Amino acid sequence: MTPEILVQCLVFAPLLGAAIAGLFGRRIGDIPSQIVTTGLLLVACALSWTTFCNVAFGSWEHFTVEVAPFINVGAFHSDWAVRIDTMSATMLIVVTTVSSLVHIYSWGYMAEDDSRPRFFAYLSLFTFAMLALVTSADFMQMFFGWEGVGLASYLLIGFWYKKPSASAAAIKAFVVNRVGDFGFVLGIMTVFWMFGTVRFAEIFPLVASHANQTWEFAGRTWNGVDLACCLLFVGAMGKSAQFFLHTWLPDAMEGPTPVSALIHAATMVTAGVYMVCLLSPMFEYAPVAKQIVTLIGAITALFAATVGLAQNDITRVIAYSTCSQLGYMFIAAGVGAYQGAMFHLFTHAFFKALLFLGAGSVIVGMHHEQDMRKMGALWNKLPITYVVMLIGTLAITGVGIPGVEIGLAGFYSKDAIIDAAYTAGTHNGIAQFAFLVSLVAAGLTSFYSWRLVFMTFHGHAKWGADAHDHDAHGHDDHAHDAHGHDDHGHGHTPHESPWIMLLPLAVLSIGALFAGFAFHTRFVGEGRGEFWRAAIFNLPSNHVLDYEGHLPAGVIWGPLAVTFIGFVIAYFVYVVKEGLGARIAARRGLVWSFLYNKWYFDELYDFIFVRSAKALGDLFWKGGDQKLIDGLGPNGVAAVSAAIGKRFGRWQTGYVYHYAFVMLIGVAGLLYYALRTWH
Amino acid sequence: MTGILSLTIFSPLIGVAALLVLSQFGGSRDAAGVNNAARWIALGTTLATFALSILVVAKFNPHIAGFQFVEDVDWFGGWRYRMGVDGISVLFVLLTAFLLPLCVVASWNSIDKRVIEYMIAFLVLEALVIGVFCALDIIVFYVFFEGQLVPMFLIIGVWGGKNRVYAAFKFFLYTLLGSVLMLAAILVMAGVAHTTSIPDLLNYHFDPKLQIWLWLAFFASFAVKMPMWPVHTWLPDAHVEAPTAGSVILAGILLKMGGYGFLRFSLPMFPSASHYFTPLVFTLSVIAVVYTSLVAFRQTDIKKLIAYSSIAHMGFVTMGIFSGNVQGEQGAIFQMLSHGVISGALFLCVGVVYDRMHTREIAFYGGLTSRMPWYAAVFLLFTMGNIGLPGTSGFVGEVLTMTGAYQASTWTAIVAATGVILSATYALTLYRRVMFGEITNPKLADISDLNWREIAVFTPLIIGALVLGVQPGLIFDVTAVSVDHLVEAYKAFGG
Repeated sequence: MTPEILVQCLVFAPLLGAAIAGLFGRRIGDIPSQIVTTGLLLVACALSWTTFCNVAFGSWEHFTVEVAPFINVGAFHSDWAVRIDTMSATMLIVVTTVSSLVHIYSWGYMAEDDSRPRFFAYLSLFTFAMLALVTSADFMQMFFGWEGVGLASYLLIGFWYKKPSASAAAIKAFVVNRVGDFGFVLGIMTVFWMFGTVRFAEIFPLVASHANQTWEFAGRTWNGVDLACCLLFVGAMGKSAQFFLHTWLPDAMEGPTPVSALIHAATMVTAGVYMVCLLSPMFEYAPVAKQIVTLIGAITALFAATVGLAQNDITRVIAYSTCSQLGYMFIAAGVGAYQGAMFHLFTHAFFKALLFLGAGSVIVGMHHEQDMRKMGALWNKLPITYVVMLIGTLAITGVGIPGVEIGLAGFYSKDAIIDAAYTAGTHNGIAQFAFLVSLVAAGLTSFYSWRLVFMTFHGHAKWGADAHDHDAHGHDDHAHDAHGHDDHGHGHTPHESPWIMLLPLAVLSIGALFAGFAFHTRFVGEGRGEFWRAAIFNLPSNHVLDYEGHLPAGVIWGPLAVTFIGFVIAYFVYVVKEGLGARIAARRGLVWSFLYNKWYFDELYDFIFVRSAKALGDLFWKGGDQKLIDGLGPNGVAAVSAAIGKRFGRWQTGYVYHYAFVMLIGVAGLLYYALRTWH
Repeated sequence: MTGILSLTIFSPLIGVAALLVLSQFGGSRDAAGVNNAARWIALGTTLATFALSILVVAKFNPHIAGFQFVEDVDWFGGWRYRMGVDGISVLFVLLTAFLLPLCVVASWNSIDKRVIEYMIAFLVLEALVIGVFCALDIIVFYVFFEGQLVPMFLIIGVWGGKNRVYAAFKFFLYTLLGSVLMLAAILVMAGVAHTTSIPDLLNYHFDPKLQIWLWLAFFASFAVKMPMWPVHTWLPDAHVEAPTAGSVILAGILLKMGGYGFLRFSLPMFPSASHYFTPLVFTLSVIAVVYTSLVAFRQTDIKKLIAYSSIAHMGFVTMGIFSGNVQGEQGAIFQMLSHGVISGALFLCVGVVYDRMHTREIAFYGGLTSRMPWYAAVFLLFTMGNIGLPGTSGFVGEVLTMTGAYQASTWTAIVAATGVILSATYALTLYRRVMFGEITNPKLADISDLNWREIAVFTPLIIGALVLGVQPGLIFDVTAVSVDHLVEAYKAFGG
C-alpha cells in the first residue's frame, strides 16, 4: 500500500464504520455494529501509528494527497485533501488511539443502553470529522472538520435526549462554539482577501511579506496578520473552551463519560491549540495576537483551576481541569513554544482520558453516582481503578525529579511550558504574568486533583444507607451498569468494572507513565528541529525553548514545590481533618460561593444574551412586524377598505378568487394600455 | 435543440389538458378513482418535465456566456416570444422541475378535496415559473412573473388553512404594489431603448439618472418577492396558511424569482444604480438576517419559524448579489438553489407531523425521537443544512456570500456572520422542543415514523443537500462562465 492510499484509508475507515452502524445498526444488531465500528477504528489506529513512525522516525517526506475538489470559485480554491506532516501525524495517533480505547471501553460502559449502534456511529463519526480537521490542507476543510466535530459533540452530549439537561447542554455547546466560529469565519475571510488563497501551503510563504500590511476592518485600520490571527483565535477559544467561551464545557459532561474522555478532554477541545500551532507561520508574525493568546490562556488556566477547587461532581472537576490545562497549552503557544503546546496536548490526551475513563469506572462502580460527597473509601472496592487514577493524578500534577529529568508524562510537558513562559517572561510582561499563573495553577491543580482522589477513594464511606438518594444529574435512565443486575436495589455495593473497561485504562496508564519520558527530546528537546521539520515555524529570534542551562533553581524546582504544597493541603483538608471541606462548603462563604457558582458566568450570560435575545425577538415580532409594518401596511389598508366597504356594500366577500380576478383584470388593463400607447 | 425550452415550459400543460379531460369524462367512475388518476397524471407529467429539464442541462454548454437554446418567434401585434437560458437561469429550471414531482407525491394523501383542480394549479404554476426563468423578452417575463400569482393565490386560498383569506389578501397587496411599479419601469425601458428583448437590453446603457428610477421600480417588485425586510410580513402568513406542497413551492422556487430578477435585470441593466444603492441593499440584508432570526427564535408555530428563517437566508442572497464579485454572485446563486432543496425539505418535515396531528404548534410536540427515529434523522439533517453546517449545501452559499460581502464592506460581513450564531440558536431550539425529551402529550403516543412515500420524497432531497455540500462544483461548473461575464460587465459599468 502506498502512503497516499494508506492515509486515505485511515481517514475514511471511521466514516465507513459510522455509516454502517448509523444506517443499518438496527438491522444488523448491537454487537455487529460495535464490532464494525471498533474494528475499523483499530484499523485506523494501526495505520496512524504506521504513518507516525514513518513520518517522525522513518523515510516519509511530508506530503498532501488531493482527494477531490471542494469549493472553487474565482480565486477561492479548496480541496478535500489529506495533509501528512509531523503535526497531523501526531494528532492522528492521539485521536485514533484514544478513540479506539474509548470504543472498547464503551462496550462495557454502554452495555445496558438500548441504542448502542447510534452511540458507536456517533463516536466513529466524530473520529472521522476530527481526522478531517487535523489532515486538512486548507481552511475550508479545516472548518468542515471543525464544525463536524461540533456536530458529533452536540449529538453525543445530547445522546440521552430524554433528559432535558442533556439536550440543553447540547445546544449550549453548539451555540457557544458557533460564537467562536463567528470569529473563525471572519478570520478565514480576512486571510482570503489578504493572501488571495485559503490553502495553508500557499499562505505560509506569503506571510513574511505581508507582516506589516495594514487592513481595514470594521471601520478601523489594523495590522493585517495580527487581525487575522486574533479572529482565528476566537474560533480556537470556542472550541478549546477558553475564558469567556468556556461555559459549555462543564455542561458537556451531561453526555456519557466515555464521550467526555474522547471529545471533551483528549481530542476535540485541543483542536484550538492544534490550529494555533499549525498556523505558527502566521502567529510568529503576529506579536499582538500572541500576547492575546498568552493572556487568555493564562486567565483560563487560573480561572478554571479555582473553579475546580469547589466542584462536587467528579466529571466536572475533571472538566475544569481540562479547561485549565488547555490554558497551559495556549500559554505555550502564545509565547512561541508551539512544540511545548503540542507536547502537552499529546501527554494530556493520555492522562486526561485516563482520568475520565477512571472516573467513568467509578461512576459505574457506584451505580451511576457522580457526586463525590457520596463516595469515599473506594480504594479497596475498586483497586485497579484506584491505581490508574493515582497514575493519572501523578501525571497531571506533573510529578518528577527535575535534576535527573525522570517523571510522569505531565512532568515533562508542563515543566516545558513553565520554563518557556519564564524564558519569554524575561523581556515580556504578559509572559511573565503567564509564568506566575502557571506556577500558581500548578499548585491548584495538585490540590483539586488530590482532593478528587481523597474524596473518592479515601476517608469514610458515604455510600451505605442513603445510596438511593441520587442527585438529579448523577443518575440516568439509559445506561445502567454493566453487569450488576443481581445486586441492583439491595445494598448498592460498589464494584470493580469489567475487564473490557479496565483494559483501555491499562493502556492509557502506560501512556501517562511513559509518553513524556519517551518523547520529550523529540517534541521539545534538542531533537525537535528534526522531528517537526517544517510543520512548526519559529522565527530566528524565537528562543523560548532554548532554556536548557539558563534557568534559576527556583524555576526548576518551583513546580514540584507548589505541587507538593497542593498535595499536603488536600491531604490535610480531606484526609487528616476529614469533613473540613464539607464544613467550609456548608458555611457558603463569599469566596466559596463565587467559585462554586463558576464565577457566575452562566447567570451573567443568561442575563446579557439569552434574555435580551428573547426580548429583542419579541420586540421585533410583536412591535415591529405586527404593529408597525402590518399595522401601517396591509392591515391599515384593509381597515380603510373595510370602512369604505361598509358604505358601498360587501366588498370584502372574502373569496380569494375575487382578489385574483381583480388583479388579473388590473394587469390585463395595464398591459393593454401599454400596448396601445406604444404602437 | 431549438424548441426544447418551449417544450419544457409547456409540457405541464399537456398534463393539464389530460386532467381537464378527466374532469369532464371521469364522472362515471367513483371519486376516489378519479382522484387517484389525477395524481398519477400529475406525477407522470411532472416527471416528464423533469426529464426534459435534465436534457436541457445536459445539452447546455457551460463554456459559453451567452444565451442558449434561443427561440425567437412573432407573438402578436409586433411583440415577440423569446426564450433562452444561460448559466444563471438554467439551473433554476432544473430546480423547479425537480421540486414539482416531490410536491405532487407529498400531496398524495393530504389533499383529498378538488384533487383535479389542485393538480391543475400546480402544473400551471410549474409552466409559468419555468417560463419566468427562460423568458428573454421583458414583456414575456412580466406575463409569466405576474401570471404565477394566480395559481399560487388559488393554492393558498382554496386548499389553505383557517386564516387563508387574510394571508392571500396580504400577498395580493404587497405583490400588486411591486408589480405596478415594475410594469411602469418596463414600459419606460421599452420606450427608451426601443426594444423588449432582454439580450438587447443587457447591452443597452441606460442613462445613470434614469437607472436610479428604473432600479427602484424593479427593486420594489423583487424585494417583495425575495422577501426583504421590511416588506416581508406577507411570507410567514402565506406559509402558515398554504398547504405543505404550496410552502415547498413558495420557499423553494417563488422566492428565488426575486433573486433571479436582481441578477437578470437590476445588476446588469442598471449597474451604476446598483452600485449607488448597494449600501441600502446591504443594510436591509443584514437587518433581515439579524431581525428575522431573532423573530424566528420566538415563534410558537413550526412553519412560521421556518418561514422567518427563510427570510434570513434570503438576506444572505441579496447581500451576495450586490457584493459585485464572483464569490458573492456564485454564493448567492448557490444559496438560492441550496435553499430550494433545504427549505423545501424542512417544510416537508413540518408536513409529516402536520399530516398526522393537524397542528403546527411547537408546544404540542416533544419527544418525537423515540417514536420516529428515521424522521428524527431526516429532520436533523435538514436542520443542520439550515444552519449551514459544512458538508451540507447550506454552508457553501453562506460562506461564499459572506466572503463576497467582506470585500465590499467588512461591517456587512460582520453583522451577517452573527446569523451563524442566531440560526443555530433558533433551529436547534426548535429541534429540541419538537424532537427531544419524553413524550408527554398522550396524543403522540402512537405517532408513526416515516412511511415509504415520505421516504421516497425525502431521499432525493437528502442526496441533493449532501452531494451539493460536498461537491458544490457541480453547480459552479455550470454557472461560472455566465457569472464571470456578469461580474466583469458590472465592474466595467458599475463605477
